[in-house]
Amino acid sequence: MTRYVIRRVLWGVLLLVLVSALTFVLFRVLPTADPARLRAGHSANPKVIAEIRANLGLNKPLLTQFWLYMKGLFLHGDLGYSYYSNAPVKGLIFDRLPATLSLTIGSAIIWMAIGLPIGIVSALRRRSRTDRSAMGAALLFISAPEYWLGLIVLYLFAADIGQIKVFPGSGSYAGLTTDPWKWLSSLILPWLVLAAGFAAVYARLMRGSLIETMGEDYIRTARAKGLPERRVVMHHGVRAAITPILTIFALDVGVLLGGAVLIETVFDIPGIGRLNYDAITHADFPIIQGTVLLAALFIIVANILVDIAYAYLDPRVRYS
Amino acid sequence: MSPFDGADPPATIASTSAAAARPDTAHPGSPDPALPAEGPLLRVEDLRVSYSTEDGVVQAVDGISYELHRGRTLGIVGESGSGKTVAALSVLGLTRTEGATVSGRVAFAGRGDLLALADSELRAIRGDEIAMVFQDPLSSLHPMYRVGAQIVEAIRAHRDIAKVPARARAIELLDLVGIPEPATRVDSYPHELSGGQRQRAMIAMALSCDPQLLIADEPTTALDVTVQAQILELLSRLQRERGMALVLVTHDLGVVAEMADEIAVMYAGRIVEHAAAERVLSVPEHPYTWGLLRSIPTLDGPREELLTPIPGSPPSPLAPPPGCRFHPRCPYSEPEHARTDPALAPVPGWPDHEVACLLDSGTRRRLWKELA
Repeated sequence: MTRYVIRRVLWGVLLLVLVSALTFVLFRVLPTADPARLRAGHSANPKVIAEIRANLGLNKPLLTQFWLYMKGLFLHGDLGYSYYSNAPVKGLIFDRLPATLSLTIGSAIIWMAIGLPIGIVSALRRRSRTDRSAMGAALLFISAPEYWLGLIVLYLFAADIGQIKVFPGSGSYAGLTTDPWKWLSSLILPWLVLAAGFAAVYARLMRGSLIETMGEDYIRTARAKGLPERRVVMHHGVRAAITPILTIFALDVGVLLGGAVLIETVFDIPGIGRLNYDAITHADFPIIQGTVLLAALFIIVANILVDIAYAYLDPRVRYS
Repeated sequence: MSPFDGADPPATIASTSAAAARPDTAHPGSPDPALPAEGPLLRVEDLRVSYSTEDGVVQAVDGISYELHRGRTLGIVGESGSGKTVAALSVLGLTRTEGATVSGRVAFAGRGDLLALADSELRAIRGDEIAMVFQDPLSSLHPMYRVGAQIVEAIRAHRDIAKVPARARAIELLDLVGIPEPATRVDSYPHELSGGQRQRAMIAMALSCDPQLLIADEPTTALDVTVQAQILELLSRLQRERGMALVLVTHDLGVVAEMADEIAVMYAGRIVEHAAAERVLSVPEHPYTWGLLRSIPTLDGPREELLTPIPGSPPSPLAPPPGCRFHPRCPYSEPEHARTDPALAPVPGWPDHEVACLLDSGTRRRLWKELA
């Protein structure tokens, strides 16, 4: 197991190196990607551009640049400086990370708490009215784009533009340590909107997985033992049915930690997604590069965690 | 000493003194189906099980009846799809949870009609007084729990005992069914055991509450031949030691020949022949039983002798053939057999040998003599 984990981590590091190299190449190849020209602004003259070029080390050979970039990245965690604000990218990302973490973790708890029970009930009352309406609603929420849903709830419930002024509106996010109450109240709407689509997906996943599991022979054995149906369902059915769902869950959380661009934009939450969105509008490549790497890191870590967790959740899975 | 050693099954039966005092009022439709202590342990009357599917109603079991006494073994034999498994599951109400429509009566000593019981009452009987062993122990044991934990769970479902003594009991049971190093094996996951050991663990679990009746559904089918024999030996030893009644559901006449006191042959949801094992094996009366017997290879027969398969395949349970259900495959069928549905009736001179066949008894005996 330990050897397996070490091997997976090493592969993960290699993958990160490849992603970094790929982003480096992409930004050197893109036609609009001359950072010096971008930085020089409107009154650009060749002299200024050349100066900036020298400052950023862009006049060095490409391979040297690549080496310096990779060295800075992997030895010092140096992601470079924003073209737009000149601030270090690493600092910008760390400033934004808490908001994205808050949004993702809160929303994940909500969608699991809503989606899984609905999925379980739907599976047990298959083809009933409850099942049909739950799955119909799920389809609706899966189809509804989250930015649209976000705008609707803001229109309905936001303190500023809402019809019923209940929750703080867009742009009201405050850090957990700064103002816990404001943090909580400002996140309720984004949590719910982000969770809606995922809850719908997870309800369907749970339903499908549990229906399959409840047809297994060991469920019949559990019943033949005389266990109460509740224990048959929860201890035998759900226990087995939830394993594949937890692996998808970890990956989804990994992806979201890389930035929930749409939700963070609609609700103006200063998270990674919002940072990314702003960077794209400003062609601020170092930031984009940083957020891409961060997203890759989260996904790789989530993948490794999933595989390790699987060995604990399902004793049949053993790595060697 | 385990807290179970004192628990003896007949205590439950003795408690129904009212039923014991009354003479056996056994006939279909009797108002109180409770069975007296000296009567049969289990009486199944006109059991019917059907499933609604998208293609129509599947009549999986179509009116079967049998009795089983304490310590005796009934072998229910038939091809896949004959309804034998569904019939066995229905005794415990296990088809009810799968959406089947069940009718008839299943009288179990001291418990009245099991089919009329509420789910919670039936649950109290499952695994306690009536236990079950299934065909494939790998898929029938939960893959994510250790076998010991699964046995402990079975014990604690019916007995108010702490986990530690329940675990000690689980180790005893694993030892009883012949699993080596039970104290270590108790912590194994099912996939870490061999096929035979898994089935032994399954049997240990079934025995955990000292059932009066064990229903074994194809208990050896998923196992290697040598292991099959061991498991059968184990089952008959345990049955002897504990005085359990055993319903052995199998497609394998060889298995019932070794184990069963009585044999019921099922075809297309019905019992077509029912008698003491030695009668069914030596003087079978139903052409289907002849077919089953003739498709078994024998060691002492000539090497070039070919097995005789039964032509055709079992009828679709969605649309069973009219008349005698076996007539399309029966080499001796006559045109009128497609119209008349034979009832299960005693063979002349043998009230305990029942057969559902339209051929007259003399013809049957002559035909079997020619075949055998």
